[in-house]
Amino acid sequence: MTPDTIDQIFVITKHWLLGYVPSALQPIVSAILSVVPILVVFPLLFAITTVLERKGLGRIQNRYGPNRVGPYGFSQPIADGIKSLTKEDVIPRSADQVVHFLAPLLLVLAAFLGYAILPIGRNMVIVNLNAGLLYFFAIGSMVELAVFMAGWSSRSKYSLLGAMRAVAQMISYEIPLVLASVVIIMATGSLSTVAIVEQQAHYTYSLPHWFVFTPWGFAGFLLFMVAATAESNRSPFDLPEGESEIIAGYYIEYSGFKFALFFLGEYLGMFATSGLAITLFLGGWSAPFSFLTWVPSYLWFFLKLLVLICVFIWIRGTLPRLRQDQLMNLAWKFMLPMTLINIFTAALWHFMPAGILRWIACTALLVIPCIALSRGLKQGKKLQVRTYRFAE
Amino acid sequence: MTVIFLILAAITIAGTAAAMSLRSAIHCILALTIGLVGLAALYLLLGAQFVGFTQILVYVGAVAILAVFAIMMTQGPGKTIQPILSTNWPAGVLVATAVFAILAWAIHSTPAHSTPTQPDVSVNQIGAALMHHYVLPLEIMGLLLTAALIGAVILAMPEKKEPQ
Repeated sequence: MTPDTIDQIFVITKHWLLGYVPSALQPIVSAILSVVPILVVFPLLFAITTVLERKGLGRIQNRYGPNRVGPYGFSQPIADGIKSLTKEDVIPRSADQVVHFLAPLLLVLAAFLGYAILPIGRNMVIVNLNAGLLYFFAIGSMVELAVFMAGWSSRSKYSLLGAMRAVAQMISYEIPLVLASVVIIMATGSLSTVAIVEQQAHYTYSLPHWFVFTPWGFAGFLLFMVAATAESNRSPFDLPEGESEIIAGYYIEYSGFKFALFFLGEYLGMFATSGLAITLFLGGWSAPFSFLTWVPSYLWFFLKLLVLICVFIWIRGTLPRLRQDQLMNLAWKFMLPMTLINIFTAALWHFMPAGILRWIACTALLVIPCIALSRGLKQGKKLQVRTYRFAE
Repeated sequence: MTVIFLILAAITIAGTAAAMSLRSAIHCILALTIGLVGLAALYLLLGAQFVGFTQILVYVGAVAILAVFAIMMTQGPGKTIQPILSTNWPAGVLVATAVFAILAWAIHSTPAHSTPTQPDVSVNQIGAALMHHYVLPLEIMGLLLTAALIGAVILAMPEKKEPQ
């Protein structure tokens, strides 16, 4: 078996299986063969991530985390799954029954639909859409509707407050998220995710042409990841489920398996946006060095995804939660201007001749406004080390 | 092709009909969203990817959320029951009939053989057209939207108290 065969093994297997199917049924069987692995692999990744997250957070907070079920506690998701399946499904009497039932389904559906355009490996994408990026963001806007349906149909003050916070936050951070990825469209001239990855899979002196290794790409990646954290309602942007104020936010009235579905949908959304960040900025399935191209492409994708998940866990364990006004100020007064400046920088990079001067000019164009903006936003506010009266 | 079209058309019509006949305002908006998604699927069926996805992005992601947000801010979670027929329903029927008559007349008077072949328009071509040929209208629209945004911010700003 050559490295190329191992790289393409799933594609070859699919074509081999399709050969046994009558040609009338081939389109539908082909679709099923592409979709089912996604439906299996990513929920499995979700199960692994829950253990990783609980153990990682435990270590950050000086405790062990789950370590009772199975070797090193890694069978914990099975126990959690059985628990959530056998729990009673409580629906509040005054709830809007139909909308209350549909909300978690719509959330998981929207989370899964995003994977259709993610290239997981070479030739491994469900559909290569001409307008792939547009599709991803269009599907992402359906999540907001699901969150609203969950919060509103529960007919509870806490749910409604949580839904309002979540929808406001998602709308605000969708703008920097889209604007941060505009630079990639400018650089590649395409909205197709497959074309974007293929443009990055070239090497000079065994180093890859990933967009993150340019000034505008690096800034765009950071802005994209911050916006993605806020979009997936993760700490430090987890105000919609701030347990000290509104208990659990929009899914407080859900129990049993529906609650697990919300959990699943949230993590699937996080994986999908991380996968999109990998596709746009980190070279998708391409290897980080040209002498490592013999490693199968899908392994690189999942390795990068795991690294990003670990960063998410690390950030969650490190940063405190933002306040509502800080959240909105960050989105509208810092991220939005920075993404616009970043678009201008990408245009400058395109028109300047290659060389060291281009690097200096574009880096300066990003760093100076960043410092000036932070200074300007800090003005009139006294920032000092907080002194505590009792907790020391 | 025709089977898929019939299913999508049925979904669209059912969604919009429900949007008119349900009693709760939130239910109406959710039903309308189904109709809008069905319309987007019809665009996709015709091969217009850009229009289809923009339809979802704008109408589901922005318009429906805006309407829902306005209701969430003003109504609260209590049950609000409204009568199905509004007070000025005869005027609505009149307008709807007139629009339907004009559309039916326009479609009927178009000769059948002039149906154009489906053009293969990619997103690249739409982008190039917007940036080259239609760049002035695009920028005027951008300016208009920015002005609207600034106006909204001014409306939302806290008013200065008059010195007494």
